Amino acid sequence: MATVTPPHAGPSPSPTADDRAATAPHAAPTARTGRQAGRRRAAWLTQTGRVLLGLVFVGPLLFLFVSSLKPDLQIFKDLGSWRAFLPVGDISLDNYTAVFDRVPFARLLLNSIGISAVTVALGLVINSLAAFGLARLRWRGKQLVLTAIIATLIVPFETLALPLVWWVNKLPNLRAEGFHLELTQGWLDTYQVQVVPFLANAFSIYLFYQYFTSIPTELDEAARMDGAGWFRIYRRVVMPLSGPAIATVAILTFLPAWNSYLWPLMVVQSEELRPVMIGIQYFFQLNVSWGQIMAYASMITLPVLALFLAFQKAFIGSIASSGVKG
Amino acid sequence: MALATGAARLRPRSTARRPSRGGVRTSRGHEARTAAWMVAPAATLLVVFLVVPVVLAFVLAFTNARLISPRPASFVGLHNFTTLWGDPVFWASLRNTVVFAAVVVPVQAGLALVLALLVNAKVRGTNIFRTLYFVPVVTSMVVVSLLWRFLYQEDGLLNAMIAVVHPSYQPIDWLNDTRTALPAIILMSIWQAVGFHMIIWLSGLQTIPGELYEAGDLDGATGWKRFRYITWPCLAATRTFILITITIAALSLFTQINVMTQGGPLDSTTTVVYMAVRTGYQQLATGYASAISLVFFVLVLVVSGVQRFLTRDKD
Repeated sequence: MATVTPPHAGPSPSPTADDRAATAPHAAPTARTGRQAGRRRAAWLTQTGRVLLGLVFVGPLLFLFVSSLKPDLQIFKDLGSWRAFLPVGDISLDNYTAVFDRVPFARLLLNSIGISAVTVALGLVINSLAAFGLARLRWRGKQLVLTAIIATLIVPFETLALPLVWWVNKLPNLRAEGFHLELTQGWLDTYQVQVVPFLANAFSIYLFYQYFTSIPTELDEAARMDGAGWFRIYRRVVMPLSGPAIATVAILTFLPAWNSYLWPLMVVQSEELRPVMIGIQYFFQLNVSWGQIMAYASMITLPVLALFLAFQKAFIGSIASSGVKG
Repeated sequence: MALATGAARLRPRSTARRPSRGGVRTSRGHEARTAAWMVAPAATLLVVFLVVPVVLAFVLAFTNARLISPRPASFVGLHNFTTLWGDPVFWASLRNTVVFAAVVVPVQAGLALVLALLVNAKVRGTNIFRTLYFVPVVTSMVVVSLLWRFLYQEDGLLNAMIAVVHPSYQPIDWLNDTRTALPAIILMSIWQAVGFHMIIWLSGLQTIPGELYEAGDLDGATGWKRFRYITWPCLAATRTFILITITIAALSLFTQINVMTQGGPLDSTTTVVYMAVRTGYQQLATGYASAISLVFFVLVLVVSGVQRFLTRDKD
């Protein structure tokens, strides 16, 4: 490890101090062996530090999943020992079935899946099209539009959430009652209010833009020689070459959509329109057992965790690449 | 990159002047029209759901607008701001928000750097640790908050674990004590998000060319010196990015508060965003809430502006 990372950047102050103490005094008589032993010890300490930190990060989540299988009595009995982190004792799926009995969990889950899927799918199209127009076509004022879009990145969502609630409540809405279409006012308590405001995303446009400018324009020319229009170039040439950008934007759109909390809390009242993250808070207020809360939490966490583990490289890579450019 | 695209741009321009082939219209006007419909959907949505609300925040803050009200909103001047000035909850919110950010920004950034250095090595198992440290980031803050609510209970996991190593210990009700509630939320927030910034540091670390370390080795730079004179200066851009993203995230503290303490006990954990949301959606006082949002926005702008200035100055 010493070849890449400075060994002194250890997990805790101890390896640093220890390593120094090991190398410095021995430097004169047995420089080589002393330093080697010191390095080995530092490496060992680093490894121990990593494992301990790993436990700190995974422990609480392990506790969550394990507790979801236990009745409350067992959870509290196991607290002071290692058993708290192991699926031992009175184990069953009772908590899980209880969640389904008490709340329309399947409905809430479908809501969340639907909202996230539509936000990701439409968001990919809308933002990549805009980025294509900005990156590959020549027109007056495009630099200005690009600058304006990037400038919107500094506005935290929290600052505009409240005026936005007031605003979406004024927007016209088409409601379908059987075969009747009725024009009403206000988007509160609908599906679209959970999706439409988040479709266009300045950061996604920026990521696509960055990626599109790195694709050689000769490809456009060749395609145009063959008689392809711009939309065809977008769909058949540029997009198929943009896999990594698409994956990045998809991940960075999916996570906040799935985890969104503040916005649906303010704009959704009906239970049948609620996403799972709001559902769990209402579930918590029903005074159910901790085991059942943990079961609910496990069911909305495990799928995302499984996705993350499956696409772990793309996941971490996308976050990293989104950071460097900032 | 700018050079490359600049050079490439010259060529299509010359082809565009040539007579078009096979009826394909290649005039600049056509290209501009195509660009217009491609950019229009995103641009329209951004205007409707981002620009309009920002403008509204400025307008509504000076009115007595309510979310559901039979009467139209009327202009009240600085009334909302003077009310805010005399509201002790606002000052508590502001203080808590600032304390939270002042602790979380340096601690989380520092800890994330330590983690990044730990998992930057090319030894076996590094990838596993990266994944382990990152797992809380993927877990939603609502779930994390509920889970930690249990950990922090008087008869919860944390007290039980402390009691094992320290038998005479008096259990603390962490979230119901004015002295420990905010620190408890700070600790949990760092635990959840530190992996995210570890990855950003890591991407910065990996852009440092290996030759620099080799050169440093020849000059005898090891350990702390190696970090101080090679690693740290090379991370300048990453540093600015991390500083600003953590600050904005920290100032926007809301979910943890809403799930764990609702601002209590005795307003010891209420924050500016939490207060704004409570005013705006529970009391439906949009005008007043917009004024709070505006103050928050100015706070974010000032803090990130100052940070940008400071980090730029040193470069």
